Amino acid sequence: MTELVRMEGIDKRFPGVHALKSVDFDLRAGEVHALMGENGAGKSTLMKILSGVYHADEGRVLIDGAEVALPTPKAAQDLGIGIIHQELALMRDLTVAQNIWIGREPRLSFGRLDEAKLNTDAAAIFEAMHIRMDPRATVGGMTIARQQMVEIAKALSYRSRVLIMDEPTAALNDAEIAELFAIIRKLKAEGVGIIYISHKMDEIKRISDRVTVMRDGAYVGTVEAADTPISKIISMMVGRELSDEIASVPDLSAAETALEVDHLSRGHELRDISFSVKCGEILGFAGLMGAGRTELARAIFGAEPADQGEIRVHGKPVQIRSPSDAVDAGIGYLSEDRKQFGLALGMDVRANIAMASLPRYADRIGRIDEPELGRIARRYIETLTIRTPGDRQELRLLSGGNQQKVVIAKWLLRDCDILIFDEPTRGIDVGAKAEIYRLMGELAASGKAIIVISSELPEVLRLSHRIAVMCEGRLTGILPGGASQEDIMALATKREGLAAE
Amino acid sequence: MTEKQALRGGAQQKLLAFASLIVLVIGFSLASPRFFQVDNIMSILQATSVNGVLAVGVTMIIITGGIDLSIGTLMTFCAVMTGVVLTWLGMPLLLGVATGMATGALCGLISGTLVAKAKIPPFIATLGMMLILKGLSLIVTGTKPIYFNDTEGYTEISQGSLVGKLIPQFPLPNGVLILFIVAGVIAWVLGRTVLGRYTFALGSNEEAVRLSGVNTDRWKMSIYALAGAICGIAGILMSSRLNSAQPALGLGYELEAIAAVVIGGTSLSGGRGTITGTLIGALIMSVLTNGLRVLSVAPEWQTVVTGFIIIVAVYADQLRRRTAD
Repeated sequence: MTELVRMEGIDKRFPGVHALKSVDFDLRAGEVHALMGENGAGKSTLMKILSGVYHADEGRVLIDGAEVALPTPKAAQDLGIGIIHQELALMRDLTVAQNIWIGREPRLSFGRLDEAKLNTDAAAIFEAMHIRMDPRATVGGMTIARQQMVEIAKALSYRSRVLIMDEPTAALNDAEIAELFAIIRKLKAEGVGIIYISHKMDEIKRISDRVTVMRDGAYVGTVEAADTPISKIISMMVGRELSDEIASVPDLSAAETALEVDHLSRGHELRDISFSVKCGEILGFAGLMGAGRTELARAIFGAEPADQGEIRVHGKPVQIRSPSDAVDAGIGYLSEDRKQFGLALGMDVRANIAMASLPRYADRIGRIDEPELGRIARRYIETLTIRTPGDRQELRLLSGGNQQKVVIAKWLLRDCDILIFDEPTRGIDVGAKAEIYRLMGELAASGKAIIVISSELPEVLRLSHRIAVMCEGRLTGILPGGASQEDIMALATKREGLAAE
Repeated sequence: MTEKQALRGGAQQKLLAFASLIVLVIGFSLASPRFFQVDNIMSILQATSVNGVLAVGVTMIIITGGIDLSIGTLMTFCAVMTGVVLTWLGMPLLLGVATGMATGALCGLISGTLVAKAKIPPFIATLGMMLILKGLSLIVTGTKPIYFNDTEGYTEISQGSLVGKLIPQFPLPNGVLILFIVAGVIAWVLGRTVLGRYTFALGSNEEAVRLSGVNTDRWKMSIYALAGAICGIAGILMSSRLNSAQPALGLGYELEAIAAVVIGGTSLSGGRGTITGTLIGALIMSVLTNGLRVLSVAPEWQTVVTGFIIIVAVYADQLRRRTAD
């Protein structure tokens, strides 16, 4: 097989992060080359460099053996590199053909569109893909799988010889995956090289020829998919030295159970989830992106209530239909997206800390006791060491770590004793991370029940007394604290039906 | 930006509007000796009262990130209902006033429910209410005005002068006094109470407020209801001034009120705004109208100038914010 793409010594730095450390990668014509690694391993960054979105600081890219420059996505397209993003980028109200040819519409005189040619050209692409698709259909009403076919057709319309697919099966069911794989095999046979990013081990075995593993921005190795066992690939993915400390598990045998979740389900996102957390316990939730951990948190918190199942707080069943029900039951949720869901950035520290508890600090006609709120805010600023010039500082002027502490203060003031931390250190620098970890440890020691969701395994291992692992909306297992990364990864990729294959 | 700079930014915004008002007043005074007379100033203030009260009410809604297009026709509907109670049913004055405000609160509550519970965008929900209320006013009255000739003291509500009785040299009309009282109360509500704090919080980040366990729907409905009650006050002022409830009036008042709010520096995207700013905005609009009339400029040109002022005011605010960041 001839070599299509070669990337050599690709190096990329972002402020504060060494995203890619001299990475090598190559792709042959007519192969499916899987690119694997944990979240943050650098897969997407590497692919963005290949598709002209980012520019490498060092290294070179060769196509057909000749070095090329990739200054823009357009340049990459012209060289035959197409990318299908995880988040589909189609215009929902336009037709299939209009989407495919957007920006390149065939024209007649006076700027009139040649709709007929638009549609016949699109039809020709689908014919070559052996797919039945009406070019005149509107994209918005289609299933994600069908929309993906449109994306693939769009990529092919640029005469792409290299197709990058970023987690293409994330939203597909088994039948749709089978259809997608059939198309991939046809494209392979025509000599298109496909770079396939996925977390799902069974898919990798089914569809790919070679597997390249990345870890922490570095190239780990490339193996033949057919004769490499899954366990080998997993150990390549997580092989990092365990320098981080692991949580010491306190004796909680006498502790009261704070939260019990029984057979919780919602649509396809959450399937029959049961677990419990004790007072003083930190229960970690590990899993790959899209495993349903945030959805679970939002269901428990009532932001998007569950369809089925029971939630018990301190042994008593509670009906949680909205966040205010959850807060009344003593459950606080720290969102992974603080800025959008956690804070009013334009308001000051004091107002944000008081956000959930205001009525408690108001008299009968609703007048707020500002001096008291000020005292409370300053007390939390001191005990949580929130670095701010004062309690009247606007929140947007604080660093990420200090904003996170303000959210913690908000829930502590509301007397929440069950706290759900969703990616508590996302966007927070290393020093502040350690402080947040220490704070969470102290909260648990003081008897709070803590659930922590994190995509960083070292973080989960460092914090958790027990580790729950999810995959595709199911709880695939609960491991004791200090479990091996391999065991966690095995559960995190344990799809239904994998055992059968 | 430090805390001090942020404070300075907020003060600057108000200062800018206030300075424009002063410049306008000085300009018109120099241009015509008839402008800066006690009578004329009182008539400017009197002309501000209805628009000012409406603008104060809608300021709250705009701070939540919403909008209310129904305030103009709601004002009229409240006046009509007051007329029904006082003139047709012959009830006492206080009951009529209470009916006007209750009608406003109820209609505001309906708008608020549509926005909060039915999740209809505020623009659409209140556009619908605007037309419904306009129609209802005409239906209830049979398209004819209701006069308040039989209700003793009704015109006094707006035209009389409690202040003038105490200080004869300063015949401040009651309508203006009421405007200042309403503005003062709402400024206090916004600055000092839970309702006010959640008004700003909703406009700042509604989802974050909801995820703090706050019943955002209920607060939003309360805010629309309170704004509706204030429309009721505007309706009573309006009908007191005209000594009648004119069912065909009302449309267009909502835009004038929103214009005053915007000139006063309240952001249409929510989260920030002040009652002082709104008052200054309303005053700028009536000073312009009055001043141009004193200078014998045709009314059609007054409209054009007002349009310009809105655009310039908002553009100046944008410029200020860009340099501040």
